[in-house]
Parts: sequence; C-alpha cells; structure tokens
Amino acid sequence: MKNQEILDLLPYTAPFLFVEELLEVTEDGVVGAFTFSPNLDFYQGHFRDFPVTPGVILTECCAQIGLVCLGIFLMEVYIRENKGARIAVGLSSSEMDFYHPVLPNEKVTVTSEKIYFRFNKLKCRVKMHNASGKLVCKGIISGMLKLQDIE
Amino acid sequence: MNEERYHKLRDIIQIYLPEDVSVTDISEKSHFTNELNINSAHLVDIILDVEDAFDIMLENEDMEQMQTVGDALDIIETKLSKK
Repeated sequence: MKNQEILDLLPYTAPFLFVEELLEVTEDGVVGAFTFSPNLDFYQGHFRDFPVTPGVILTECCAQIGLVCLGIFLMEVYIRENKGARIAVGLSSSEMDFYHPVLPNEKVTVTSEKIYFRFNKLKCRVKMHNASGKLVCKGIISGMLKLQDIE
Repeated sequence: MNEERYHKLRDIIQIYLPEDVSVTDISEKSHFTNELNINSAHLVDIILDVEDAFDIMLENEDMEQMQTVGDALDIIETKLSKK
C-alpha cells in the first residue's frame, strides 16, 4: 500500500487531521510528520495570549500517525477485500510523558513501533520529535481497529 | 470445574476490572463486557495473558465465543486438551 493511499483512508479531516506526510511505513512501525498551523483554533485559548499546542493534541497526533496509519497498513488485506469499508478506530489507552512544548508553526515527526497487533488491538510505542531533533513526548498508545461497512 | 484453572483465570481478570467491580463479583457465569464492565481492549489483554499463563494460542473465533468466564474456561480446556 502506498503512503498516499493510507492517508486517503484516514477517517479524519481538518480541523482534526494531524497527519501531513508519511515518511516510512513497515509491518513494524511508521514515521510521519505534521506541521501545526498557527491558524488552528485551539491556539486562541491554549493559552490566553500564549499559544502552545495542548498535550492532548500531541497525543492525538501521535495516535493518528503512530496507531491509525500503521493500523490501516496492517489491515490492508481486509481493506482490499471489503471495498467501500471504512476503518473505525477507538483509542483504548494512552500513557504519555511530555518533555518539550510545541509552538505554532512547528513541524513534528512521530515515530511508532508496533508492540503487537492481535484481535484487532494495536499497541504501539510512540515518540515525537521537533524539527531540531528534541524529544517532545513519548509513550504507549493502544486502540481497537475495525472495518465498518458504509452502505 | 477445574479450581486451579479457575483461580488462575480469576487472578488475570482481576487486573483488568474497573474500580466499581470487585473480584467477588466474578463467577463462572459473569459476562465480561456486560457484567464485569471490561472493555474490548482489556478483553484482548486478558486473552494475551491467558495465552501466556496456560501456554496456549487463541484465534479470532475463540475471542468471539468468549463471552463469559465459563466460556473462557471451556476454551482453555479445549486448547489444553489439544496440546
């Protein structure tokens, strides 16, 4: 599956799409990137007069790149067998540690490593780095992935 | 019922119980999701722990059949007998 096909199958859209490009996709993990546009709505309130990307959004970005993109790649066969099916994602747990803030206009790179994918549950170790290579956050995210029929 | 297996399974389930469910609520008839409030992701954790504890491999069909604690014991017994 080509990286662009994975992006096309993502169930998100702006203003809640936090994947821009996929740099590497294998059975064992993915690397992807996203640039936080200063126009994103949450910067108006987080924080007042001092925009910083919220941790939950960084977690979401890690999940969309690290878990969902990888999940789509791992479910390729089923997706091809069931044309028109859409992927349904439920985040089941996330345990993150944060090290460095991400400001508007910053580009981040997310690297994820599969721990296991069994019985529809994908568990990954994720890391996010900023453009200068500093670790922004890292943690373990898991979610349930299923195909959902849309008729 | 094999008591030893049941206790082993109960100890695994206990790890994933939400705070409002106590270990004494577990019985052979308990339904994992409806009664014990275990979510689907933790049900997978239970299966993976069961695989390690009993040294067996479960398939997707086994998970679909595993609705109650009793179902899990049946599956464990079937798998162990095939070893």
